[in-house]
Amino acid sequence: MPAERRIKIASDVDIVAARQSGREVAAILSFSSSDLTVIAAAISELARNIYAYAGTGEIVVSLEERNGRRGVRVVARDDGPGVADIALALEDGYSTSGSLGLGLPGVRRLMDEFEIQSEPGKGTVVTLWKWAR
Amino acid sequence: MLVPILKQGDYLIASIQSSLADADLIRLRDQLVEQVGRYRSRGVIVDVTVLDVMDSFAVRTLSTLAQMIMLRGAETVIVGVQPDVAFAMVQLGLTLDNVKTALDLEEGLLYLNSRAKRGRSGAG
Ligand SMILES: Nc1ncnc2c1ncn2[C@@H]1O[C@H](COP(=O)(O)OP(=O)(O)OP(=O)(O)O)[C@@H](O)[C@H]1O
Ligand SMILES: [Mg+2]
Repeated sequence: MPAERRIKIASDVDIVAARQSGREVAAILSFSSSDLTVIAAAISELARNIYAYAGTGEIVVSLEERNGRRGVRVVARDDGPGVADIALALEDGYSTSGSLGLGLPGVRRLMDEFEIQSEPGKGTVVTLWKWAR
Repeated sequence: MLVPILKQGDYLIASIQSSLADADLIRLRDQLVEQVGRYRSRGVIVDVTVLDVMDSFAVRTLSTLAQMIMLRGAETVIVGVQPDVAFAMVQLGLTLDNVKTALDLEEGLLYLNSRAKRGRSGAG
């Protein structure tokens, strides 16, 4: 499964492009329309965090096969300031920007698997998976 | 992408035609807030039927739009939130509290008309 899309995030327009690319890659598999929307929404929130907290970064959407299941993997990567307290950042309502603090916990609820790696000063990588039924 | 704003009687109807970048949505908000004054409109309908995703920014901007319109003395109805979009919003924890929503444009107009009638009989 070769499909992979890499989208640079550097402006608000790129957020729209990222979620559309994600939807296109995921549409190759037999996702329901509801799942496609969920994937697009998750990508939108991660792209938004890159743009808001790191300024620039990238989203890579690809197909993956594991244990006979097919799914889509989303990697959101930036070299920004990093997340100071990951446990806090995953709590509903925690925000350092006076926003709703729903992005990361919401994305975690939307997708099947969620990983975050981040260190202050070293950037952030969030990886998500959604498996096709 | 420009969002066309139609003036229909006492109402303004904004029909979003494609996905919008953040700046487009902010521009729509500001145009509606301005035009409510220029046309002395009583109601605003924002049709989001074509939006395939409503993320935190979109929801926050629509809430702010509705509040600003309210402060200008008119009422906003958001119409056309699709089932998949509603599902993703709920999972994300996004709500449109304090904002009137309706199924589609027709229902939105019915709602505003019923409010207008009640307003008139209340005054008389
Ligand atoms: N890519 C990132 N780089 C640095 N910090 C981040 C990044 N993504 C998230 N954070 C931190 O984690 C916090 C929580 O993120 P989350 O997306 O959940 O909420 P938010 O962006 O503050 O608000 P919302 O997404 O609801 O608008 C942010 O306030 C920010 O401090
Ligand atoms: Mg966020």
